[in-house]
Amino acid sequence: MALPVAFFAVFFAYPVAAIVRRGLRIDGAWRFGRFADVLGDAGIRHVLWFTTWQALASTALTLLIALPGAYVLARLEFPGRQVLRAVVTVPFVLPTVVVGTAFLALLGHGGLLDQLWGVRLDTTVWAILLAHVFFNYAVVVRTVGGLWAQLDPRQEEAARMLGASPLTAWRTVTLPALAPAVAAAALMVFLFTFTSFGVVQILGGPTFSTLEVEIYRQTSEIFDLSTAAVLTLVQFAAVGAILAVHAWTVRRREGALKLVDAALTARRPRGAGQWTLLAGVLATIAVLLLLPLAVLVQRSLTAPGFGYYRALTDPDGGVFPVAPISAVGTSLSYAAAATAIAVVIGSLAAAALTRRDAGRLVRGFDALLMLPLGVSAVTVGFGFLIALDKPPLDLRQSWILVPLAQALVGVPFVVRTMLPVLRAVDARLREAAAVLGASPWRVWREVDLPMVRRALLVAAGFAFAVSLGEFGATVFIARPDNPTLPVAVARLLSRPGDLNYGQAMALSTILMVVCAVALLLLERLRTADRSGEL
Amino acid sequence: MLLSLETATVRFGGRAVLDGVGLAVAEQEIVCVLGPSGSGKSTLLRAVAGLQPLDAGRVLLDGRDQAAVPVHRREVGLMFQDHQLFPQRDVAGNVGFGLRMHGTAKDERAARVAELLDLVGLPGAGGRSVAALSGGEQQRVALARALAPRPRLLMLDEPLGQLDRTLRERLVVELRELFGRLGTTVLAVTHDQGEAFALADRVVVMRDGRIAQSGTPLEVWQRPADAFVARFLGFENVVEASVDGRVAITPWGKVPVAEGAAEGVRTLLVRPAGVRLLPAGEGLRCTVAARAFKGTHVAVHLQPADAPRLEAACALRSAPEVGDEVGVELDPADVVLLD
Repeated sequence: MALPVAFFAVFFAYPVAAIVRRGLRIDGAWRFGRFADVLGDAGIRHVLWFTTWQALASTALTLLIALPGAYVLARLEFPGRQVLRAVVTVPFVLPTVVVGTAFLALLGHGGLLDQLWGVRLDTTVWAILLAHVFFNYAVVVRTVGGLWAQLDPRQEEAARMLGASPLTAWRTVTLPALAPAVAAAALMVFLFTFTSFGVVQILGGPTFSTLEVEIYRQTSEIFDLSTAAVLTLVQFAAVGAILAVHAWTVRRREGALKLVDAALTARRPRGAGQWTLLAGVLATIAVLLLLPLAVLVQRSLTAPGFGYYRALTDPDGGVFPVAPISAVGTSLSYAAAATAIAVVIGSLAAAALTRRDAGRLVRGFDALLMLPLGVSAVTVGFGFLIALDKPPLDLRQSWILVPLAQALVGVPFVVRTMLPVLRAVDARLREAAAVLGASPWRVWREVDLPMVRRALLVAAGFAFAVSLGEFGATVFIARPDNPTLPVAVARLLSRPGDLNYGQAMALSTILMVVCAVALLLLERLRTADRSGEL
Repeated sequence: MLLSLETATVRFGGRAVLDGVGLAVAEQEIVCVLGPSGSGKSTLLRAVAGLQPLDAGRVLLDGRDQAAVPVHRREVGLMFQDHQLFPQRDVAGNVGFGLRMHGTAKDERAARVAELLDLVGLPGAGGRSVAALSGGEQQRVALARALAPRPRLLMLDEPLGQLDRTLRERLVVELRELFGRLGTTVLAVTHDQGEAFALADRVVVMRDGRIAQSGTPLEVWQRPADAFVARFLGFENVVEASVDGRVAITPWGKVPVAEGAAEGVRTLLVRPAGVRLLPAGEGLRCTVAARAFKGTHVAVHLQPADAPRLEAACALRSAPEVGDEVGVELDPADVVLLD
């Protein structure tokens, strides 16, 4: 427990506090008056308003589009269901920069729609909203669908026997059972879209800006640290509130629901209604999730003879001091280090949270662990720069700085993956081993480890993908001669010219493939899990 | 004595789940602890295994205090209520687990696993996944796993609890035969009296963390210690009676009792077989309120005018119909004075 706490104190709380202090403590006095100044500014108020309403609109749109998908993937049995479930998860771990780039290639200037029908959406808010749906489809499918697949169908059958029509039975039995999961998913989507950075940075243009983008602009372009500090605190408060509500809905969801094995609830589609639904969901996934990625790949190939890919290996491209392709190696090694840190810290935290004598304080830590997901990554990145520059913690020149920042985002995923598995290990299984003569250490090795091993791998995979795609913090602290993949993509996109654009598409494609491979390996582990042993 | 408990006490939040329990199990004895849920019988097993620390009292194995001996060194076996087979291991992996923990050589282990699987009637099942086993098979594997390291004492927690009735009745006979052949010392707990009576050399009835009665199945069945034990064993005809000399005065009339019975207010049990039906107009006048077919007999519930209901066991052919008027007399041989 001590190690995770220390980790978060030094690498999360301290940098964030440092940057707030730097911004609000001017000439030795706290200037809380800055709040009124900043929040009174019409431009800032516009940003706040836009951040909120686009998050609400994105959440509503995501629910509308993804809930039928959750049902189809949870309850209908059809060939390729497992693969499809993996496919819809790919966008979630894709770097936001890639998502932005893909939608730019689809909807932007010279994009697919522009070529076909002369339609451009990149100057409208629709591009942002659709990219957010793309990104968060999996959140709804996983959270709601996961529960939906496990709801006992006999509950609905019992309602039917008591005289309820199919619709009434669904409305009175299934919907109330699902409601907390829907609420939890909606809050997660709201959280992710409220703090959206990479997507808005690329698709928003000069017109649209979220809080996170504004914090980035204030710190790195205008150098107005006190405004940035105020905005950071505002976002902190908002995220804290969202997480509190989320924790509350999750706790309610853990109430007395009757769950069964997911393998038992899926049925082959029956009747015109279910077939139409299935077709509709498949079409949605194809258009909304697969098409942008396909366009991305296609754009990267428009130069003859893989020209853009070959350009990546040219060290004299002008944008970086090194060949852009070297970003792949840099990203992979950073992500590997970040994964190792996240797995160690996350497992320790999860183990501490599972202990039966864990008190209120520790359970509160559970919620705190989610904070890095929502707190401005830009702030963390910049905070690293200004806070970790003095001995004994002078890490500015150290390569470890980037993995540390990326691990912060990875830890919540590790904890989320490990906790349910550790909690599900029946204490009596450990007792059974002990009675048969296993010492406590042997019990851990023989009982806990085999069960947790897969979860550990899954968690590591998630942390790896998330670290690979981390942009907001990395953009500050990655050194120019050693950019990571997302940073390189963003840098290339900001330069004019077809060659730079093409190289950005090619790098994004590489990043996407690396993420997708990591994720598909994960899904294989998971399904192997379900079919046999756990 | 192989196992002795001395004033063993366990408290959960101020409530005593085990309340000064004293119990001794001799070598090769089969003792069954019988009690309703919440009577503390599972806690008793956990205390012996070392999974539940005692708040007071002692557990002795072979006369040695076990307070400082951790679970894995006690050399007792425990078969859990829902088996708790290791899901990630196959049948042989489960059965051989304890041997592996004790450092038994591989060949010897394989031979012992095969021997045990034969013993429990699952020859050649070593390679099967435990998830694919039926309830009865899981039960057998759990038993083999517990027996494999040759524990000094084998403890069974509701050993047949989840199985259907025919299987249960067959297994209980098999188990008793098996334990007799192996000379295993067994301490089992169950809430099912049929199971306890069929399995045990000695039955211990528990109530609220205390031992209410201990004796052979026959003793307990014939002379329940008190009203609680009698009712728990399924006897309904339990009332207060005042004993005066050789007569007990009950709400159902006067009944002769053995000479020398203590006088005053006593609890009295009439076994259903001792409730004899007479033609209407003779004896205690009753109306038949309900009847339940029991296979070998019919349980007839009789309602006297102003006394508690009586249950009578009637032969299949002569049982009266609901609503019939009958007379009743009590057979002194089936009348027992409790406490």
